[in-house]
Amino acid sequence: MMYDLIVVGGGPAGLAAALAANEKGLSKILIIERDSQLGGILNQCIHNGFGLHYFKEELTGPEYAGRFIEMLEGTGIEAMTDTMVLDVTQDKKVHCINPEKGYQVLEAKSIVLAMGCRERTRGAISIPGTRPAGVLTAGAAQRFVNIEGHMVGKKVVILGSGDIGLIMARRMTLEGAKVLACVEVMPYSGGLQRNIVQCLNDFDIPLFLSHTIIDIRGKERVEGVTIAEVGPDRRPIKGTEIDFDCDTVLLSVGLIPENELTRNAGIDIDPKTNGVVVWENMETSVPGIFASGNVVHVHDLVDYVTGESQKAGRAAAEYVKQGVRSREHAISVKEGKDVGFIVPLKIHREAMDAEIFFRVRRIFETSAITVKDGDKVLAHLKRAHMAPGEMERVRLSRALLDAIDGDEITVYAEEVEA
Amino acid sequence: MYDVAIIGCGITGSACAYYLSKYSLKIAIIEKYNDVCCGTTRANSAIIHAGYDPVPGTNCAKFNVRGNELTKEICKKLDVLCKEIGSLVVAFSDKEKETLNVLYDRGIKNGVPNMEIWDKDRLIKEEPNISENAVAALYAPTAAIVNPWEYGLAMAETAVRNGAQLKLNTEVTDIIKSENGWLIKTNNGSVEAKYVINAAGVYSDVIHNMVAEKTFEILPSAGEYYLLDKSEGERVKHVIFQCPNELGKGVLVAPTVHGNLIVGPNAIKSDRDDTRTTTASLDFIRQAASKSVPSIQYRENIRNFTGVRANSDTDDFVIEFAAENFLDLAGIKSPGLSAAPAIAEEAVKMLSESGLELKEKGNVIDTRKHLRFKELSDEEKNKVISENPLYGRVVCRCETITEGEIVDALSSPITPVSLDGVKRRAGTGMGRCQGGFCGPKVLEIIARKNGITFEDVLQDGNGSYILTGETKNGGAK
Repeated sequence: MMYDLIVVGGGPAGLAAALAANEKGLSKILIIERDSQLGGILNQCIHNGFGLHYFKEELTGPEYAGRFIEMLEGTGIEAMTDTMVLDVTQDKKVHCINPEKGYQVLEAKSIVLAMGCRERTRGAISIPGTRPAGVLTAGAAQRFVNIEGHMVGKKVVILGSGDIGLIMARRMTLEGAKVLACVEVMPYSGGLQRNIVQCLNDFDIPLFLSHTIIDIRGKERVEGVTIAEVGPDRRPIKGTEIDFDCDTVLLSVGLIPENELTRNAGIDIDPKTNGVVVWENMETSVPGIFASGNVVHVHDLVDYVTGESQKAGRAAAEYVKQGVRSREHAISVKEGKDVGFIVPLKIHREAMDAEIFFRVRRIFETSAITVKDGDKVLAHLKRAHMAPGEMERVRLSRALLDAIDGDEITVYAEEVEA
Repeated sequence: MYDVAIIGCGITGSACAYYLSKYSLKIAIIEKYNDVCCGTTRANSAIIHAGYDPVPGTNCAKFNVRGNELTKEICKKLDVLCKEIGSLVVAFSDKEKETLNVLYDRGIKNGVPNMEIWDKDRLIKEEPNISENAVAALYAPTAAIVNPWEYGLAMAETAVRNGAQLKLNTEVTDIIKSENGWLIKTNNGSVEAKYVINAAGVYSDVIHNMVAEKTFEILPSAGEYYLLDKSEGERVKHVIFQCPNELGKGVLVAPTVHGNLIVGPNAIKSDRDDTRTTTASLDFIRQAASKSVPSIQYRENIRNFTGVRANSDTDDFVIEFAAENFLDLAGIKSPGLSAAPAIAEEAVKMLSESGLELKEKGNVIDTRKHLRFKELSDEEKNKVISENPLYGRVVCRCETITEGEIVDALSSPITPVSLDGVKRRAGTGMGRCQGGFCGPKVLEIIARKNGITFEDVLQDGNGSYILTGETKNGGAK
């Protein structure tokens, strides 16, 4: 059996990609999901705030996923859950296993990679101290609390102000735990402003910016931590230490695209971000293999994951039906000063339009995003405020793409006068 | 009444139990932790040294080379990961080149086979990521890397399967001479044995002092490590040492049997149980390692840990009777992991010479099988899944460990009671997400298989609880 499309991952990215490809006329589509149900990480995100952009209403994570799972009905899209993909190859073979069918090698005309991301751990940032129980990532804690129904501690310090950490600060508080502090090494939060307000401020949880944990104590279970202020070099400043007695440390210190399959397949990965290198239609370095969602870059809002993944699904359909887009005279997208995490890095000359996503590397007040082709300004957009915690987006129309003479455009962020 | 009681089930105690369990003897192994190999054996460089380092004539020299050979045989028989990748001691100056010659000569005297001195060209060719300041290296092909805790566990398990009785959660509080041997008092009742082996690691002097005058003292020394992601696992192909100095063998860089990269250790005077990591030590290790391998990407780090060496003030292994029929195997510092089976062989001989009757028994078990799903061929994978569908469900996605392997670990002769106990046996949570994804699932499987509540599942030692109770409304499950 040859599939038109195999989607690796049944979270929001995979679901949207499969549905969009189906709308564009592909019929033999398979979604492979490692968990026992579709929906991915949304299943444990029982708070609301999902869907404001896409559905124009506020949904919980399971509700948002549920809408897409319902849309599968009647499409003929197959979903294989409880199945782990072990290998993806450039000739579009997908090696996978599950308890029922054992080890299988499936073939497809196109593939969408939608494996999501994972959390950075204690090791990635080498927090010193003992190694007791009670130090866990915010996402693991979220699974214990929301899916399994078990609490992970009573007195909590959260390191990192990523969105999952902020959400868990509120969740743990509502479940009766005391969240003593949220500690962020950067001078600004890594999460959405709305989560700072709704999850910390509303519960009087102090946010310590420019601070980090310099010691974890406790032999078997966490007994306390010491935090300290850090200088511009992010090294602790002596004399600023504060001790907390706590039994739990939750880590929300960043997400990393989960690209082991991608790497093993020999598909290009951006070494700076660990994200898959994609074209404007979400095609990877291998024609016919696409990627979308958090394997490409970590999103703040699932709504954007959906949009991006629909693009990948449509592109897969176009590939199956019309063949590959020409890669000649491609336009490269470069990052200017204080700009990073740009997606896409390449644009097909024949593209009808291109959306460019990126993050600024520091806080900007009244400022502007400028996209330039050499000295020529293609787009100039004013912003009242930009922060690394919020993804920025610029859309280049066909007309603007036509106006590009060179083979490289650059995205700049800079302060401007109000 | 036991014939032999072994105090401590680290690598030395496990090896002794393994050898002794081949004879018709009643053996007790006394271990204070809730699992075996939880002290120095679980936190070290995981190297089986070739044997050129110890000064000829010392116990370290005597048992290292023999231990190296025995380790490989045992790992083969008991299905423990062990790879003979060879080691390089790298010199960065003409003076250090002299040190290589000294080590080479020691190696010859200690019986280390097939050593070579490599010039810079050969070194760079074999190890392209080595610092360009390197001038030469001593190559010892018999050096190996091993999974140290599985090595100890495999020997302890085999001993248990051959009838040895393992008493976990049992801490020795006092030892007194009895009519026919020794009465060992513990928090968990008394054990009487004709012969006692003291293999108590960093506490071996404390145990010794219960039965004899002080003759040595353990001077614990902590060493910290980085363990990096598999993306850094091919940074080097051999175990890369720097020239030894007064602080020990110095900071090494090596691949692990699981495909990661290990960097460390430093050496700092410490308390016996102090396994904290510190910023100062980790900074030192990065700095020191950059001398030999400057290109390591520390952002790929997945774990730091600290091991405590059981150094003694005699500066050598202490292998002697403390009292009648009470044998000390103490001060087992590096190369203790390498030497362990040779030390155990010697211990058996010494006990026999002092009257322990060694009668070989029939039906001795000396094999062990560890099904590692990801190592199987596609056909084998299909076969094991059809026999047991649980092998078709991957629980630990980073290391591709299946539910079947977790259940195997929970059905093994020494049943783990913690996430880390399962990790040490099955390999779950050892990868880049460090159990973030699989932890909750493994916990559930442990609770189900061991028939305990979620709240009773431990992270590691007794008291390392993970969950503190149920949520107000229970979970989605």
